[in-house]
Amino acid sequence: MYEILEKEVLSETVKRMVVYAPRVARKARAGQFVIVRNDEKGERIPLTIADFDAEQGTITIIFQEVGKSTAQMGQFQVGDAFANVVGPLGHATEIENYGTVIMVGGGVGIAPLFPITRALKQAGNQVISIIGARNHSLLFWEERMRAYSDELIVCTDDGSRGRKALVTEPLKEILQQRKDIARVWAIGPAVMMKFVSAATQPFGIPTIVSLNTIMIDGTGMCGGCRVTFTDGGSQFVCVDGPEFDGHNVDWNLLLERLSFYREQEQRALQHWKDHACRLDQAAETLEKERAHG
Amino acid sequence: MAKILPTRTPMREQDPQVRARNYEEVSYGYSIEEALAEAARCLDCARPTCMPGCPVKIDIPGFIRHIREGNYQAAVDLIKQTNALPAITGRVCPQETQCEGVCVLTKKYEPVAIGRLERFVADWEARQGPPPLPSLPPPTGKKVAVAGSGPAGLTVAADLARLGHKVTIFEALHEAGGVLVYGIPEFRLPKSIVKREVDYVRALGVEIVTDFIVGTTATVDELLEEFDAVFLGVGAGLPWFLGIPGENLGGVYSANEYLTRANLMRAYRFPEYDTPIAIGERVVTIGGGNTAMDAARTALRLGAKESIVVYRRSRAEMPARQEEIHHAEEEGVQFYFLTTPVAFHGQGGRVRSLECLKNELGEPDASGRRRPVPVPNSNFHIEADVMVIAIGQSPSPILAKTTPELTTARNGTVVVDPKTMKTSKRGVFAGGDIITGGATVILAMGQAKTAAQAIDEYLRTGVW
Repeated sequence: MYEILEKEVLSETVKRMVVYAPRVARKARAGQFVIVRNDEKGERIPLTIADFDAEQGTITIIFQEVGKSTAQMGQFQVGDAFANVVGPLGHATEIENYGTVIMVGGGVGIAPLFPITRALKQAGNQVISIIGARNHSLLFWEERMRAYSDELIVCTDDGSRGRKALVTEPLKEILQQRKDIARVWAIGPAVMMKFVSAATQPFGIPTIVSLNTIMIDGTGMCGGCRVTFTDGGSQFVCVDGPEFDGHNVDWNLLLERLSFYREQEQRALQHWKDHACRLDQAAETLEKERAHG
Repeated sequence: MAKILPTRTPMREQDPQVRARNYEEVSYGYSIEEALAEAARCLDCARPTCMPGCPVKIDIPGFIRHIREGNYQAAVDLIKQTNALPAITGRVCPQETQCEGVCVLTKKYEPVAIGRLERFVADWEARQGPPPLPSLPPPTGKKVAVAGSGPAGLTVAADLARLGHKVTIFEALHEAGGVLVYGIPEFRLPKSIVKREVDYVRALGVEIVTDFIVGTTATVDELLEEFDAVFLGVGAGLPWFLGIPGENLGGVYSANEYLTRANLMRAYRFPEYDTPIAIGERVVTIGGGNTAMDAARTALRLGAKESIVVYRRSRAEMPARQEEIHHAEEEGVQFYFLTTPVAFHGQGGRVRSLECLKNELGEPDASGRRRPVPVPNSNFHIEADVMVIAIGQSPSPILAKTTPELTTARNGTVVVDPKTMKTSKRGVFAGGDIITGGATVILAMGQAKTAAQAIDEYLRTGVW
């Protein structure tokens, strides 16, 4: 079992947990991910490693509550444990001194972007970071990102924090003003990565995206995570990624594959809520009965 | 001597219409009376032809003799001298191309049902309670790491533990059993049987560590710092795809993914279990092996109205076990033979139809089977909303990538000395699908037995 040692509510739906997983922590590097399973009936969920501490034997995961499994995770408290945590999976980010880089993070994607940003800064890069979310309450780790960025731009869709803009707006402005951008990293919702890639393509700047697709084993066995390239090829996110050249990803097919189980996801969430609700009612009835003893 | 019955004793099965909608085992197995009747058909040949047909050379006439004498424990013990997992192989071995295919009776009659008898004694033993543990020798102080908890890994671990070595199995998934739990469905191999074998291996003192990917969580070199030898039995986990247009549409699965969702993740009990699977009105499975039969039959049990198998050759060339093909036909699976897929077509990112070409059989190819030759302009479409690709697999590249001294063949299989299962790297042995690219449980087990002997010798002598 993999115990939860810390839990922090980062925003309305985004939570951070420090989990005891010494085997993973010992090997983890920026850019890699883990697969976690809540309990014996749980599905296998890929989550990027947001931070790790080999000495303490811990990894940090950050997740957004979107479906049944992440909603259930959100209810876990310090002292609870995950049934399974396996990793580290995928290739680590290639950290070098590229010169000037732009780091673009959207929503929960800011979490995996952080260790890469830190590593790139420590490798000597000039780092410009752009982070964004729908609104102020969904933003987190602004200070952490600032600590490893030479410049930090914050945007929200509704203007409740920083600039009222999508992350692609300041990105395009910088690309038009400066000719020295060596590389761009983008991690966030698939649709954000799609538009960041579209924004950088005319400038010919290598753009690295980190994909989080549906997968089961994470070792190349199921092939469910396969990503299609615009040049016709295909690779597995789990063993060939999770980072890919954003200009070569067939984004429309990727978005469609991501939404394949949407209907089942709704059903699972509803089933869980109903069940949790019945449990609450049962507990309440029991309490009342006891009170009336 | 009594007259030999020309036909074998039938094995009772669930009604095809009923079983196609449930996950319970298809066949009930022999009763004692049925087993005795079938055992009586064995001629107990002086020079048995069946034994050379067995990849692990089980003393077949010997164990059948024990059955005739009512000594079932002696029968199991005899089988277990060379085959650690008879309850499993009795169910999944391709007997018709092995022992039964060369049974002397086949000259005139149906062969002795060796597989069913093997299963009978193994199931008989299971009903007697947990197997007695052998008395273990004093610990040798040597430690062996086994990568993978499938048929090869479980076998090598059991053999080495019985020799007094300390064995740790590392399993990448969250449950032990490998292909026996993620691949082969419950209706063909109940998970309780696999669990019993895993429990037995644990009872021998073997530690099983799940959530551990050898190559990633720790490399082979790192394991060698802690262990005196390493056995690689991680199977062939990399699914092949067809490389045709539309293959990445939603609803197109590798058989690995489809079966893993249904079996290991228990998607057939969604939403009680979290993992979903697309049910599909019509499901098309591409391929002609056991995995394809498993997928096509799983589709019916999940609730598909129709399940169709598309295979490029004819029925005679299908590599699946005869019994699986027969069971699939009985359950209503439809077959499109001599059919080659050329493209998947979809709408809104979801697969809707499979475009195929008709084939004719040409000259025999390298496998000795007649090569399918597409007929030009014979294109036609099969409409379906779920497609499963079951055309084979090769070993995952993770071990080769992370173990530079490991020699692999072009298809990704690990090269070994077949006498010892030694790889090119000192202290590292391998067996099972990782060296064959995808074969049978019995072969994997036979190789694991060979490896266990060689590992023991290496641990005792230190000579590579």
